[in-house]
Amino acid sequence: MYDPTVARLTYRALLGRRRAAILFVLPVLLVAIAVAVRAFAGADDGVASGVLGGFAIATMVPLIGVIAGTGAIGPEIDDGSIVYLLAKPVKRPTIIFTKLIVAVAVTMLFSALPTLIAGFILNGNGGQIAVAYTIAALVASIAYSALFLLLGTVSRHAVVFGLVYALVWEALFGSLVPGARTLSVQQWSLSVAEKVAGEGMVTSDVGLPLATLLLAGVTVVATWYAGQKLRALKLAGEE
Amino acid sequence: MTTIEIDHTSRWFGNVVAVNDVSMKVGPGVTGLLGPNGAGKSTLINMMAGFLAPSTGRVTLDGTQIWRNETVYKAIGIVPEREGMYDFLTGREFVVANAELHGLGDAAAHKALATVEMEYAQDRKISTYSKGMRQRVKMASALVHDPSVLLLDEPFNGMDPRQRMQLMELLRRMGAEGRTVLFSSHILEEVEQLASHIEVIVAGRHAASGDFRKIRRLMTDRPHRYLVRSSDDRALAAALIADPSTAGIEVDVTERALRIQAVDFGRFTTLLPKVAREHGIRLLTVSPSDESLESVFSYLVAA
Repeated sequence: MYDPTVARLTYRALLGRRRAAILFVLPVLLVAIAVAVRAFAGADDGVASGVLGGFAIATMVPLIGVIAGTGAIGPEIDDGSIVYLLAKPVKRPTIIFTKLIVAVAVTMLFSALPTLIAGFILNGNGGQIAVAYTIAALVASIAYSALFLLLGTVSRHAVVFGLVYALVWEALFGSLVPGARTLSVQQWSLSVAEKVAGEGMVTSDVGLPLATLLLAGVTVVATWYAGQKLRALKLAGEE
Repeated sequence: MTTIEIDHTSRWFGNVVAVNDVSMKVGPGVTGLLGPNGAGKSTLINMMAGFLAPSTGRVTLDGTQIWRNETVYKAIGIVPEREGMYDFLTGREFVVANAELHGLGDAAAHKALATVEMEYAQDRKISTYSKGMRQRVKMASALVHDPSVLLLDEPFNGMDPRQRMQLMELLRRMGAEGRTVLFSSHILEEVEQLASHIEVIVAGRHAASGDFRKIRRLMTDRPHRYLVRSSDDRALAAALIADPSTAGIEVDVTERALRIQAVDFGRFTTLLPKVAREHGIRLLTVSPSDESLESVFSYLVAA
C-alpha cells in the first residue's frame, strides 16, 4: 500500500516548489503572533485559545492542508509527469495512499508543530490548551489532506476550490450559518480537542462520537475515491 | 512476440470524434504512425498506453485488455510527448526512480542510461537539459525494465539532426531485437527512414497501411495543382493542355496566373520548362498549391 519511491518523488516535489514558501510563512507568522501577544498581553488562557482557535486551527491548518493535499498530486497531473508513475506496474490506490501519507506528514509538520510551539509561548500549555489545539491540528491534518488530495486528483482548479472551502465555507459560513459548522473539518477536530482541554477552554458544535465518525468517514471515502479516479485518469489533453 | 491489437476502436471527446473505427495490429519491428497534426495519433497512442479508455472497441496487448490494467506496464515502455518530467531531479535520480517503480535497482537504471548515452550528463538536473537530452532520458526511463513494447509519441519533435539520427539508430536496433516499436510522426521522411511498416491516420480514420513504398506511391501519384505565372500565360496554357499529363488549366484573371492540374507528376515537371523554352515564354512563378501535408493525406483518405 505504500511505495517509498512515490513518497520520495512526492515530498521532493512538494517542498521544492515555490508555493511551498507558504508552508514556511504561515507557521512563522503564527509563532510571531504568539510572541507578540505574550509580550503585550501576558499569559492568558482566553487570549491563547483565541489565537490558536482563530488563526492556527481556523486559517493556518486548512491553508497548509490545501497546499500539501493538492500539491501532492495536482502539479504532476497538470504537467503530465504523473505518466511516469501511472505507466508502472504499481496499483493506483497505492500511489494515492502514499501521497496521502506524505501530505498528512507535511501538513502535521507545518501546522501541528507550530501550533504546539505557539501554545507554549502563549500560556505555557495552561489548561492543556497547547496540547488540545495541537491534537486538533493533527486530526484535522489527516482529514484535510485526504479531502484536498481528492480535489487535486479530480480538478485542475483544486487550489481555488480548496481555498474557497477553507476560507469561505469553514471561516465565513461557519461563523454565520450554524448548520454549516456540522459539516466542517475544523469543528470535528475541535470536538476532539474539547475532550483534552480544561473545562470550557475549547468548544465545538459537534459531539465527539459524530465528529470521530465524520473525520474517519471523510478520510476513508476521499482516499478510496481518489484511488478510483486515478485508475480512470485520462491523460489526453493535446488533441 | 508481443502484439498490440486495436479492434474497431473509436474515441470521442464530447461531440468531437478523435479516432473513428480504427482496426490495426502492431507487431514486432518498427511501425510508424503517420498523420497530420490533430489526426488522432496521440489519442490512439494514449489508448495503446492505457491512458485513455476507448469509447467503443477493444485495445489489447497479446489478448489482454490494456485499459485499467497496470500489469501491462511490465511489458510496455512509454515515451510521452509532453515535457513534464520531475525537472528538480537529476537524470540519474529520475531513471533510478523509474527503475524502482518497476521493482528494479540502480543497475537497470545505469544500463538504460548507457543505452541512450546519457551517462555524461546524468548528474545534472533535468531542468538544465536540452530537448534532445530530455528525450533520451525519457527513453532511458522507458527502457529501464527491458520492455517488449515501446510506444513513442512524436519522439523526434524539436531534435537536431544528429540527435534524430542517434534516436533512429537506437529505435532501429530495438526493432531488430524483436521488440514491438511504434512511434508517431507527422513527417513522412522521418517515418520513411525508420519504419518498415506504416499506418496512416487522417482525421481520426485509418487511411492506409503497409510498407512505405506503397504509401509513397499513393502520395506521388495523386493529381498535383500548380500556380504558374509567365510572360505569356495564354500561350503557355495552350501549349500545355495539348499534353496528356495536364488535366485542366484555369486562367485566373484576378491573380494574373494559371492554375494547372497535372495528373502525371513526373512527366509534367519535365514538360513545363521544355514547353516554355520552345515557345520563348519566361516562367515567373511555379509553385505547388496543394503541397501541404493535409491535402496529401486527404487525398490518401479518398483513395
